Amino acid sequence: MSGNVEGRKRATLVVAVVIVLGAFGYLLYGGLDKNVVFFLTPQELLAKGTQVEDVPVRLGGMVAPGSVKWDADKLDLRFVLMDGVKTVEVHSKGAPPQMFRDNMGVVCEGRFRNGIFESTNLMIKHSEEYRAPKPGQTPQEMYKEMFKTLKQDASS
Amino acid sequence: MGVGTVELSVAPARARRSTGMLIGLGVFLLLAATQAYSISISTPDRDMGHLQKIMYVHVPAAWNMMIAYFIVAIASLRYLWKGREKDDLLAAAAAETGALMTGLTLALGMIWGKPTWGIWWTWDARLTSTAVLFFIYVGYLILRAFVDDPDRRAQWSAAVGLLGALNVPIVYMSVRWWRTLHQVQSSPSTLDPNYTLSLRINAIAVMIVVLFFIRHRYQTMQLEAAADAMHERIALGDRGGINA
Repeated sequence: MSGNVEGRKRATLVVAVVIVLGAFGYLLYGGLDKNVVFFLTPQELLAKGTQVEDVPVRLGGMVAPGSVKWDADKLDLRFVLMDGVKTVEVHSKGAPPQMFRDNMGVVCEGRFRNGIFESTNLMIKHSEEYRAPKPGQTPQEMYKEMFKTLKQDASS
Repeated sequence: MGVGTVELSVAPARARRSTGMLIGLGVFLLLAATQAYSISISTPDRDMGHLQKIMYVHVPAAWNMMIAYFIVAIASLRYLWKGREKDDLLAAAAAETGALMTGLTLALGMIWGKPTWGIWWTWDARLTSTAVLFFIYVGYLILRAFVDDPDRRAQWSAAVGLLGALNVPIVYMSVRWWRTLHQVQSSPSTLDPNYTLSLRINAIAVMIVVLFFIRHRYQTMQLEAAADAMHERIALGDRGGINA
């Protein structure tokens, strides 16, 4: 008799665990979809138009080569972010992280106002590539991969 | 069942303890050696210089926490199926080690993130899911500490242990499923050959450390469980319990 009760208890427990696991799995796998993005690309930001005017948002892309204007006295930084399709001008205060340079992946937190992205927080998005510098190799090559994924995301 | 039994059971435990200490020393020497070797052969990365070497602990810790949680899942399922205390203790030992590795992954990730990304923390899918994983298993350990009845503790732990393990593939795939600040997994094609070699030997060394921790905690927990059972018998007037 007591074995029966034990068995039933165990069966109830297993059923309960399966239900909880199922619900948890649904929440994580089904409830979240591709729309959970950490940042928008310039193309996506521009496509949203007035929806994103002066609201907190993250913008990510690559620093357009030759676009960086750094005023060391005023700690004032201006550059252009690109995703291979569109570009957005970014304005930021304060020194950027050390790895900031042309063609580097960057994610900015801030607001898009009158065609300029006012960044309050600037983060580097590193690629999955780690290499010792080789003679003759350009930094552009290492961001090819990230560039590709951004383009795919933007077009999908 | 008297004092004699207690004394007798101490001797093999002592012998096991010194064996464990020797194995532990060997395991840590191995890790120190792989670390030293990797640091010596790795040329500075073109972007982050020597900071790249944080990879040799951050990534092995992340990989091996997955192994630990896989053991938690298997042992928890087996416990729910067969109801044996041994499986519960194995799950607990693996969960402890897993939580330690997740904590190490997070801590080193933050230390790495500040000088390279420019931030200690942000709420992208990879970082958030890893933090959730960490808190689930910290919760698991707290749950074990607060439930006294071994059967109930084992059943509840098995449920939480399985729930937490479900999160592991999500953590791994998060950088591919969602757009994150954290980059996707590196592979030998995106790493210099000496970085790949260094990462691999350290991953193996950390795996041996993790397996040693799990084995050591599993044995300790079995001894604790045996001591608890013995205390209970003594408290019941040395009659071998109510079933005798």
